[in-house]
Amino acid sequence: MSWDPITRIIGNLGIYTKIDFNNREVVECKSTSSLFRGYSVFMKGKDPRDAHFITSRICGICGDNHAVCSIYAQNMAYGVKPPPLAEWIINLGEAAEYMFDHTLFQDNLVFVDYCEQMVKETNPGLLRRAETTEAPNAGLHGFRTIADIMRAFNPFSGAVYKEALHVSRVTREMCCLMEGRHVHPSTLYPGGVGTVATPQVFTDYLVRLLRVLDFLKKAVPMNDDLFDFFYEALPGYEEVGRRRVMLGCWGSFQDPAAVDYDYRNMNEWGRRMFVTPGIVLDGELLTTDLVDINLGIRILLGSSYYDDWQAEETFVTHDPLGNPVDQRHPWNQTTLPKPQKRDLEHGNYSWVMSPRWYDRRTGDHLALDTGGGPLARLWSTALAGLVDTGTVRATGHSVEINLPKSGSLPEMRLEWKVPRWANTIERNRARAYFVAYAAAMAVHFLEQALGEVRAGRTQVFSDFDVPDEAIGCGFHEAVRGVLSHHMVIRDGKIANYHPYPPTPWNASPRDMYGTPGPYEDAVQGLPIFEENGPDSFKGIDIMRTVRSFDPCLPCGVHMYLGGGKELKQMHSPTFGASLGG
Amino acid sequence: MTTTQTPTGLDELHILWTSEGMSCDGDTVSVTAASLPSLEDVLLGLVPGLPKVHLHNKVLATEVGDAFMAAFHQAHHDELGPFILVVEGSIPNERINGDGFWTSMGNDPVTGEPITVNEWIDRLAPKAWAVVAIGTCATYGGIHAMAGNPTGCMGLADYLGKDFRSAGGLPIVNVPGCPVQPDNFMETLTWLLYQAAGMAPTIPLDDLLRPTWLFGKTVHEGCDRGGYYEQGDFAHDYNSPKCLVRVGCWGPVVNCNVTKRGWMDGVGGCPNVGGICIGCTMPGFPDKFMPFMDEPPGGSVSAAFSGAYGSLIRRMRSITNNTANKEPKWRHNRRRLTSGYDPRWGNG
Repeated sequence: MSWDPITRIIGNLGIYTKIDFNNREVVECKSTSSLFRGYSVFMKGKDPRDAHFITSRICGICGDNHAVCSIYAQNMAYGVKPPPLAEWIINLGEAAEYMFDHTLFQDNLVFVDYCEQMVKETNPGLLRRAETTEAPNAGLHGFRTIADIMRAFNPFSGAVYKEALHVSRVTREMCCLMEGRHVHPSTLYPGGVGTVATPQVFTDYLVRLLRVLDFLKKAVPMNDDLFDFFYEALPGYEEVGRRRVMLGCWGSFQDPAAVDYDYRNMNEWGRRMFVTPGIVLDGELLTTDLVDINLGIRILLGSSYYDDWQAEETFVTHDPLGNPVDQRHPWNQTTLPKPQKRDLEHGNYSWVMSPRWYDRRTGDHLALDTGGGPLARLWSTALAGLVDTGTVRATGHSVEINLPKSGSLPEMRLEWKVPRWANTIERNRARAYFVAYAAAMAVHFLEQALGEVRAGRTQVFSDFDVPDEAIGCGFHEAVRGVLSHHMVIRDGKIANYHPYPPTPWNASPRDMYGTPGPYEDAVQGLPIFEENGPDSFKGIDIMRTVRSFDPCLPCGVHMYLGGGKELKQMHSPTFGASLGG
Repeated sequence: MTTTQTPTGLDELHILWTSEGMSCDGDTVSVTAASLPSLEDVLLGLVPGLPKVHLHNKVLATEVGDAFMAAFHQAHHDELGPFILVVEGSIPNERINGDGFWTSMGNDPVTGEPITVNEWIDRLAPKAWAVVAIGTCATYGGIHAMAGNPTGCMGLADYLGKDFRSAGGLPIVNVPGCPVQPDNFMETLTWLLYQAAGMAPTIPLDDLLRPTWLFGKTVHEGCDRGGYYEQGDFAHDYNSPKCLVRVGCWGPVVNCNVTKRGWMDGVGGCPNVGGICIGCTMPGFPDKFMPFMDEPPGGSVSAAFSGAYGSLIRRMRSITNNTANKEPKWRHNRRRLTSGYDPRWGNG
């Protein structure tokens, strides 16, 4: 039995598992990707100013994140600081992207795994219980029982499923107002934007934002009701998709009062971002310093279809602060693709490399994940306690989100509290809260932008020259999490360019130390709650777990079940004596 | 190109959609933004007369893995019924690969080995009632076919041949764009569905296989900044609301309707809202348009002409504009009417 490809994700992802049905547990998991396009290869020798147009095409759902990240890297390389209004416009565009993408993914892709139709096929007992369980927040969202919520997400017929498609369009229009079009922006440039910053463009954005606020205010309590029900109805469900808290967040939304794109000041302006960058390990915030974060990045091989670049050219020996830069850092990477037969047992099995973060204190190469993006962003921001815009406040243990009055609902304060686990449910729950976070931030950015316009400061672009020799790095939070772009310019051309989106972190295969990537790790050891036996098994808890990371890469997922037989053949001695091992 | 009607009269149709080419899934995502008509309008049968449509698209499918792939295998074994094959992403050259592959979709049920996207196209294209390439990658190769690329990828017509005809007798239907403009694709699909139902003649395509009513005009012909061009009034950086040809816009030579149509339901766009046209709907994209932020070579010549002629026109128009901005002198609040009113006018 093989499931390939996994649907309701962006791109092609492959996961092979071995399952012990007697002990109802996933024994082994491997994550593969079956598509290679080669951006870092064909960008060499091109004009650096083309980089954001090209890299946007990496992804069809978060391409604007790449364009923005590339612009950050170019601004650093060219030494240009855009006018403040341009930063607010980009922030507004990116806030709309989060709102669009998380809504479409959560409600039209992820939630199908929790809809009535699916639960009936996988856990009919659970559905019966949902029919008689009152939804605690019914007064807010209008669905009396948990089963009513599940029904609202049946594909193409459910009320919320259809409304979400509409909301995903309105929020995309908001993105288009700021960035021209979606998903590959037309009005973003190094040095600023080309958006015509009249009062009208902000009014058009504001009105649309107010129109979707009612939807967001209902979505969060509805998500809470459904996810709390899973914990309550299926004791132990918190173990599904759980892994060590090992989260990365590279920060989002620049503060124009702080950012100068100078690498030497990156620690200061990084900490002023409206989503705080950070690495959270076992509940502790290790660092919020983007320089630390940058220097710790390592791209490992181990199971990927590439030749090593250890002996290739070193492009950047030291960063602008004089710190040494590792040969396995993206600035020094040389991508040498080597197509080969897939070998899931003992060899290479993926086009994805294995990004890791080197922890100097312990010497560990940490397989960080992003928790799908929102979980790491909220966690890092909450612990850092630095963000306070009035609409959003980080408390040190939570994030308070204040949404203004909207069509049918009054002002509302939501509070996301640091959860007890990094698991499937909490990744999904955080996504709903982050939509509210982005909306509340957008309210703040609109005020700031209109302040600039009313003061007559309507410049949106600063001119620049491309230097002959330069380096740059961009750090941003794509919708799905950490995103970095590293660029090297020589003779006025791109000599090296490596984008690292969140999914290579999340979907990475085993590295040279044998450390599994985050999907692999989260699925290995996963307890099976599905009521179906091996013959009609749908792997719903595995699907929910993989989708909780919001996969976004050209990959393909298979499952390798073999009805127990395969497990016997490929078995490792610690698992299930009953299986003859 | 043939224009004879194909009275097929299909009342049910599958759409087999592969986005596993060299793609970013951006065209699938884009199509969910369409509202004229929307995807759910078509799937739920809101548009009268269209066949019932079963969509098999990875991003939206309820089914997973083998269950999702079943329709593709059935089509291969002639067990599915009539279908439209939609290809998203460029087609790599798998002849340069040795034992490996650049992209695959699903595994062979017997060998367990990945089935390449190329293999799927070989299997399904000749059996499809129609074959549609969505996005500039699938139509002409696009960004992933850029100079220096390792995969040797190409557009669908490069792979299948320009004379390819589907089982329904149709040439490949190309809907370029990076990504595809949402309503452009849904409108093309709607035409094909009308045609499948026997209600419309063969879809009119140009010699690059694009729907003529969507790609027959240039960006510039629909651009609301075209007036600045005519008056020789050009932006010198991106702060300006004027014509962008001197700072990188290729609109005058690119076939695309986005400036006229907007991006989504009239909102957004490219040069009309300050974003230079980089020619993303064109076969020559991206190499023939890079560096994007430089002035197109033809631009300087024509801009010089329109600069000379335009500055004179602008001066004359500014005089007329001045006059047009003044109200006639009889609009006042004095005690005497000066409008020329004569109750017996024409009787004298």
